[in-house]
Amino acid sequence: MAISYGNGEPSLTINFATSPEQYFHWKLTLNGATATLAMDVQEDETLQDGYKLKLNSYDLGVDIELADAVQRLRFEHPEVKVVVITSLKPRIFCAGANIYMLGTSTHAWKVNFCKFTNETRCAIEDASHHSRQKYIAALNGTASGGGYELALACEEIYLVEDGNSAVSLPEVPLLGVLPGTGGLTRLVDKRKVRRDRADVFSTLAEGLKGKRAKEWGLIDDYFPTTKFQEAIDRRVEELIAASPKVEATGIKLHPLKIETTENGRDYRYVSLRLHREKRYGDLTMRAPAGDLPTTPEAIQAQGDAYWALQAYRELDDALLYLRVNEPEIGLVCLRTAGDIANLLAVDETLTTHREHWLIGEIILHMARVFRRLDLTARSFFAIIEPGSCFAGNLLELALAADRTYMLNDPAQKIELATSALNAGALPMSNGLTRLHSRFLAKPETVETILAHQGRFDTAAADAAGLVTAAPDDLDWDDEIRLAIEERTSLSPDALTGMEASLRFAGPETLDTKIYGRLTAWQNWIFQRPNAVGEHGALTNYGKPTQAKFDYRRT
Amino acid sequence: MSLYDRIPNNVNLSEDVRLQRALEKWLPNYLDWWREMGPDGFQEKDIYLRTAISVEPNGWAHFDYVKMPDYRWGIFLVPPDPDAKIGFGDNYGKSAYQEVPGEFRNSLRRIIVTQGDTEPASVEQQRQLGHTCPSLYDLRNLFQVNVEEGRHLWAMVYLLHAYFGRDGREEADELLQRRSGNPDKPRILQAFNQPCDDWLNFYCFTMFTDRDGKYQLSALAESGFEPLALTCQFMLTEEAHHMFVGETGIGRVVKRTAQLLQKTDDVRTVSGIPLEIIQKYINFWYTYSLDLFGGEISSNSADFFAAGLKGRFQEQKKYTDHIAVEGVVSIEAVEGERVITRDVPLRNALNEVLRDEYVKDSERALARWNKYLADEGITARLYLPSSRFHRHVGEYLNHHFDVEGNLISEAEFQRRVEEWLPTMADREYVQSLMVAVTEPGKIANWIAPPSSGVNNKPFDFEYVRL
Repeated sequence: MAISYGNGEPSLTINFATSPEQYFHWKLTLNGATATLAMDVQEDETLQDGYKLKLNSYDLGVDIELADAVQRLRFEHPEVKVVVITSLKPRIFCAGANIYMLGTSTHAWKVNFCKFTNETRCAIEDASHHSRQKYIAALNGTASGGGYELALACEEIYLVEDGNSAVSLPEVPLLGVLPGTGGLTRLVDKRKVRRDRADVFSTLAEGLKGKRAKEWGLIDDYFPTTKFQEAIDRRVEELIAASPKVEATGIKLHPLKIETTENGRDYRYVSLRLHREKRYGDLTMRAPAGDLPTTPEAIQAQGDAYWALQAYRELDDALLYLRVNEPEIGLVCLRTAGDIANLLAVDETLTTHREHWLIGEIILHMARVFRRLDLTARSFFAIIEPGSCFAGNLLELALAADRTYMLNDPAQKIELATSALNAGALPMSNGLTRLHSRFLAKPETVETILAHQGRFDTAAADAAGLVTAAPDDLDWDDEIRLAIEERTSLSPDALTGMEASLRFAGPETLDTKIYGRLTAWQNWIFQRPNAVGEHGALTNYGKPTQAKFDYRRT
Repeated sequence: MSLYDRIPNNVNLSEDVRLQRALEKWLPNYLDWWREMGPDGFQEKDIYLRTAISVEPNGWAHFDYVKMPDYRWGIFLVPPDPDAKIGFGDNYGKSAYQEVPGEFRNSLRRIIVTQGDTEPASVEQQRQLGHTCPSLYDLRNLFQVNVEEGRHLWAMVYLLHAYFGRDGREEADELLQRRSGNPDKPRILQAFNQPCDDWLNFYCFTMFTDRDGKYQLSALAESGFEPLALTCQFMLTEEAHHMFVGETGIGRVVKRTAQLLQKTDDVRTVSGIPLEIIQKYINFWYTYSLDLFGGEISSNSADFFAAGLKGRFQEQKKYTDHIAVEGVVSIEAVEGERVITRDVPLRNALNEVLRDEYVKDSERALARWNKYLADEGITARLYLPSSRFHRHVGEYLNHHFDVEGNLISEAEFQRRVEEWLPTMADREYVQSLMVAVTEPGKIANWIAPPSSGVNNKPFDFEYVRL
């Protein structure tokens, strides 16, 4: 698939669906409780024209496959306890994001590329921490830039000692940009490398080899070439032995069925309608119909057709589609349709059986999709009207929205409801629930809301602080129209910055730091002449000309 | 009482539930405000008023005796033109906005609220004047102005209610809550917080401050937001009468002073108003009114023009280039110790362009008053001060100028300010002349009678039944 996105509009829609049989760049091998994800990037299988993926460098296409593999391992292979990430190329683990791809991409493309690859790395950590699938990096060759950052997303890092292989973050000295997938933050926050050593390491283009890398905490250990595989195998066995045995059979993740039209995208439970001239879209999630499975066995039998999994896979795909393929849709109105009782029934089942591996995965997946929404650089307004079902897990949509409009019409039934899932199962990147993040000034409000008996009608929701505005039926149409028109007229850049600043109140976590630093620093540097100007380092990379910096500090 | 009797209108109010609800809630509050803050002491009197009962040519000038609270305020709009186009700015030639475009909601609301706030403010400023009227003719004119300001408030409130949802209703309520001159809840514009407690002030106010209203309304009558344009067009027909009251009022004072000067050099001895005091009142109100046009260099004016919300005076009639992105306007600004000329992009100077129209119009009135002086053989002349003198907004703020526009020190200004602006003693003297004359056909000694009455009635007609 070759498309030209770099110089303008996408000529081909980027598709996020794939499966191991279709992978170009990764080989997934399963062996009992061990899975091996080996990188073998095909240099001509690029998503765009104008570059080759040499030395296991990657573009978005490579990362879509990695994200798919990580997701599939959780749902399809619960028996896997350890995932080894390694390379099939001799002496090279991974050279990171392809620099020529970055050099020819639009700013928006670079931003979305980095965001997605970060989400994949956070998903790897999420799997290590919550799915008892521990990721270890077996660096059988040099890991530079994004290659080392991928290793940093693993729980343990092992490097081959062959007199040549090293780990490095050469972005600053070579490219005049930053490691874009959380490398700097993970060095000091996750691996707790001393900051002066991290400083030296991050300006040392060739990086560090085994002995010094281990001393500084950049890797966990190093082994000579002939003993490398054996050492990895031994460590894998130790990890498997230390983790509890689970008897479980996975479920298959089938491709989503999507009907696309010029101005929309329809899934079974999700619809996206685009009003391109007005630069906004309606994203509607539908509740399940009745007759819902209530036991893990019945849910396992439904597999990926179970509402709580399918609807959120569809939402995830719709969000990714919007981000990459619809840059001009600046505002998304989040809507829901269906029976609140059915949604609350789903949440009750999920809550009751949350210790079951599959139910646990379904909830973790929901949480990841909501975090993807939180991190999406579009305005979100939740629109709550008769027939909507912002309840339990779908209430998170309203809580994730930048604003919430709820119709105030006593003649009609318009309600919100909470469930146990709102109390902690779906955390934001800041580690708090959306309710907590909303009511930082009055944390006791969260308890009051969660303890509320029955549903919230508009007056109760307004009084509880769950909605931004509650126009009555006479004002409703005009208020919504004006709110939409007003929002879409504002500077998209200022809105992105404002929304990201307001969405993540409360404490910092590794995740919020990574995304915050990425959007603040990396995206700034990506715009600066010292990176992308005529004499910028990124522009001149690989050319006979040298970068010339403007040495004035800001 | 039917809806139409309570709120006369031609906007199909009975079928617009939202608007009806908003206005019905607002109406009693408005009447309360009128009784509390409207003309003091004459609410139950019969007054010979002109009432608009429709937008037909003969419908807007219906004369009869009315008690002011029974004046049919209501809502009359020129019928909308569905094919109207935006007449200027970046969207020139596109269909006019029949509803508020979301991106301009706040700007438009600000424009309408600022204009709307002036209407009740002036009624409040003038509420005690009835007790000191120089004649029944003038008393009637005062009340005519007052009820029409009330109607203009209704017009602006109609826009807020019809097009701005809850925010609009809240703004409409606040229009009745602010009070002219109240330090805790003042009216928005400073000129509308100045006391207007004698008739010379009243004539100056209607001459100069209402004339600002004329130019603001004219600029808004060009608006691409069609409901605003239509409303302002109708308001302008009434604004003309207010300016007539002011211009002829000052003219009659000047004429009377000129007559008295035939008899004595010191008109104070015969209860006349000296020309110097008239000049100081002109200086005061003219310059405060210049402030109402806003800063000489303004990004708001550029934004409003670009968006098609506020045009120039007679945009369609007088101009051919309605885009106005090219060209500059020379603005005099202060730099260091000097007044320099600075070229400003046209769109950023539109406040100044509008102010220039106003200045020319004011000069025309000045010429007429000076003719009265000449006719009586008086050699002294009235003048308009420099538009840099006594300014509280824009480029000349915080600098001091004499009436000829020369930059002077603050000390110099303070030393000479009593030559230029009314002193407490001047105001007290004018106040001392304010004694009510309410016998039909009689008039106070400091002002000449009008050349003709209202609606072809004679001067001695009983315009107000006391």
